[in-house]
Amino acid sequence: MDNQTQKPSENLNIVIVGHVDHGKSTLLGRLYADTGSLPDGKLEKVQAICRQQGKEFEYAFLFDAFLEEQEQGITIDTARTFFGWKGRQYIIIDAPGHKEFLKNMISGAARAEAALLLIDALEGVKEQSKKHGYLLSLLGVRQFAVVVNKMDLVGYRQDVFDGIEKEYREFLGQFKAVPERIIPVSAKLGDNIANRSTAMPWYTGPTVLDTLSLFKKEAARSEQPLRFPVQDVYKFDARRIIAGRITAGKLKVGDHLVFSPSNKRANVRSVEAFNIDPPPTEGYAGQSIGITLDEQIFVERGEIATHQKHLPSVSTAFRANLFWLGKRPLERGRKYQLRVANKEVDCEVATIHRIIDTMDLAQQQGSMTVNKNQVAELTLRTKTPVAFDLSASFEATGRFVLVDENDIAGGGIVTELIHDDQEFLREEARRRDFAWVKGEVGVEDRARQYGHRAAIVLFTGGRHTGKSLLARQLEGRLVADGRHAYLLDGENLRRGLDADLTDEERGQTDEMARRYGEVARLLIDTGLIVVSTTNPFGVHYKEAVQAIRTLVHPAPVIAVHMSKTSEEPPPNTDIVLSGPTDLDHATKQIMDELKSRGVLAEAIGAKPTFQYSI
Amino acid sequence: MKHLRQLEDQSVYILREAYKNFDNLGMLWSMGKDSTVLLWLARKAFFGQVPFPLLHVDTSYKIPAMIEYRDRIAREWRLDLVVGQNKEALAAGMNHTLGRVACCTALKTNGLKQLIEQKGYTGIILGVRADEEGTRAKERYFSPRDKHGDWDFRDQPPELWDQFKTTFPPGTHIRIHPLLDWTEINIWEYIKYENIPFMDLYLDKGDGTRYRSLGCAPCTTPIKSTAKTVDEIIAELRQTTVAERAGRAQDEGRGMELLRKDGYM
Repeated sequence: MDNQTQKPSENLNIVIVGHVDHGKSTLLGRLYADTGSLPDGKLEKVQAICRQQGKEFEYAFLFDAFLEEQEQGITIDTARTFFGWKGRQYIIIDAPGHKEFLKNMISGAARAEAALLLIDALEGVKEQSKKHGYLLSLLGVRQFAVVVNKMDLVGYRQDVFDGIEKEYREFLGQFKAVPERIIPVSAKLGDNIANRSTAMPWYTGPTVLDTLSLFKKEAARSEQPLRFPVQDVYKFDARRIIAGRITAGKLKVGDHLVFSPSNKRANVRSVEAFNIDPPPTEGYAGQSIGITLDEQIFVERGEIATHQKHLPSVSTAFRANLFWLGKRPLERGRKYQLRVANKEVDCEVATIHRIIDTMDLAQQQGSMTVNKNQVAELTLRTKTPVAFDLSASFEATGRFVLVDENDIAGGGIVTELIHDDQEFLREEARRRDFAWVKGEVGVEDRARQYGHRAAIVLFTGGRHTGKSLLARQLEGRLVADGRHAYLLDGENLRRGLDADLTDEERGQTDEMARRYGEVARLLIDTGLIVVSTTNPFGVHYKEAVQAIRTLVHPAPVIAVHMSKTSEEPPPNTDIVLSGPTDLDHATKQIMDELKSRGVLAEAIGAKPTFQYSI
Repeated sequence: MKHLRQLEDQSVYILREAYKNFDNLGMLWSMGKDSTVLLWLARKAFFGQVPFPLLHVDTSYKIPAMIEYRDRIAREWRLDLVVGQNKEALAAGMNHTLGRVACCTALKTNGLKQLIEQKGYTGIILGVRADEEGTRAKERYFSPRDKHGDWDFRDQPPELWDQFKTTFPPGTHIRIHPLLDWTEINIWEYIKYENIPFMDLYLDKGDGTRYRSLGCAPCTTPIKSTAKTVDEIIAELRQTTVAERAGRAQDEGRGMELLRKDGYM
């Protein structure tokens, strides 16, 4: 064929979706056969198998590779097939229409840039026709054509076609989806697939094959603000390379980058590459790249690098639309792993606002669970702050999956940022960090000299639980070991820094915690291990801990909770000590935690070395 | 060559996800064009390094030139090469005349399973492509195998956007397929574009034949072709309607579905 000799200039991924038995695999088989795209002997081989099994040949059998699929006449899993036409290489994904295999349909559609959605002219709009249409929109597949198949079975009548078009357009309109084309075809007989049908002179639009050429390659997202999620950090040689895939925008050597949520900043020193000469100096949306920075800051997988003018959202909560594929229902209050871009963090479902019925888009409220194959609106709350975007602005950093035990069990898009109670402090920390005046001595220089990184050990608990005693012993032990540690006692702030506050103001946890947190932040910047207790906050220690954490972020926090009886410790507590405490043993436990977190360097030879980066 | 860069970006992303998420990772290398491109992509992903071992399941029936090529590249690129072999089956006299599926199962599938068990690999990277044959067209990028190494194609995990299955129960492993979206032509275009060293068995050296797909000597036959350069191979592939693996005996009938269900590559 002529078309195949042309060199492809680009790839386009297409998915074929629709209700079971509406003819997806048949359409695909026909498209290949009528354009001469099947390998020699493929058609004959499948025809022979059919004869052997005593059944009528169907074009669908060409791609339903599994014996079971052919025996049952259904597609179980998506197949990637390749198709060259007019200078483009298409990867066409044939998705199953049976509702039992919805997760396979979603896997297929999630990697598509455009879709063909089939509706059987005789059966009309069915359950999965609607569900697939709705999911395409949720999955971000914005360009698609509706193909009304089996027109031969309704006598090629225009009124049948018009009825289906009207009904389906109304359904799509409810969530603002607009098809590129609506095409009447008979896949079995080849009408309007590759060749124009003579049976439907009333239709003057493009064939399915023509429609493929009408789909646009997703416009490069390079014009958007930069989003560069950190996938990994490599140190194979002298270079410390931050690797990842740019999901939006572009970057170049010399750019000033901000990493969220840590707020760390540095300039791009180089763009690294293998076997590209001369080496690149820029990176664009879609590219998997590696960069080095002009400063040895520690950033880790999951952070998102951007330019300072267009920062992502950072919060511990957001509202989302989600589809659930899990074997067991999604439950409010259960723990799941959330993955946004390259960030993995524990989360729980705070609220299930409503379940959306994809048949009529009716909403059902007050549910505590979301069942398999259902779509819901919900609020997720994460254990630690996450950087993300709204899906309407940034596709890749605005969507997520939930992992239940070992399986990806659901996916969704972020529809709304939810402001949490730390928002003001987080903003204060961000502004303060951006304006921070640095000396010549860097964080790494201090760490090497001191033999440890800066950190804060935060003791929490009620009154008279032994926090002060243990804190004093820990400070003594660290200093005796040659570390630079300092006990920050809240009392000392009250008489000095807080002397301007009235008694009433001193009773308010917010401002007291803010001041305490900012002092701790300063001491951490000097390279110290700060040992602190929540004594000054009395019973309000849980609120104070949150504020202090936000302000010292991203320094390591080792949280130790002490209580006389067993009680619920604040979130993210590392060590729980309840009942009478052996101070020596507790000190050792904390020292071990400092080691495992990479705060304390191991003495190897004359130079201290750090086992982990922070 | 924008489409090659797009394919490269996706494969590199997958390789980096594999490296980040699997502590004990290995990459299968058969020295054929596909797994050699895969190896090259690993060097791209890791800036000249290959930070995991290359595994070769040696059936002992490979074409000798393949072994020479393997050892030369391993030396030049400083690769950590691990060679596995099902010695019991070979000692018992296994060969293709005892049945092609039986031979492939014993020497390749079981050879690989033994290697995985011995070394405790939890992730195996392979260069299979969706356009090679039907069951591979249905693969995921990250595809779980159970305790026996078997593939449950009826119940594959969802794969959403760039999120893959990277956690799994103990005793099972994941097959990672970074080349699924590449076609045979793409492989050759990329070899030319990047100037990747490949075995000259793929070229006609004057007798009017060349190998299009490389496997064991007894079960792989050359095709009639006068392609003497990569450009000529690409030109030939653009015209042909003969399947790539037409010269591979184990693909006959339902051979490949049965093999792959049991853990074949």
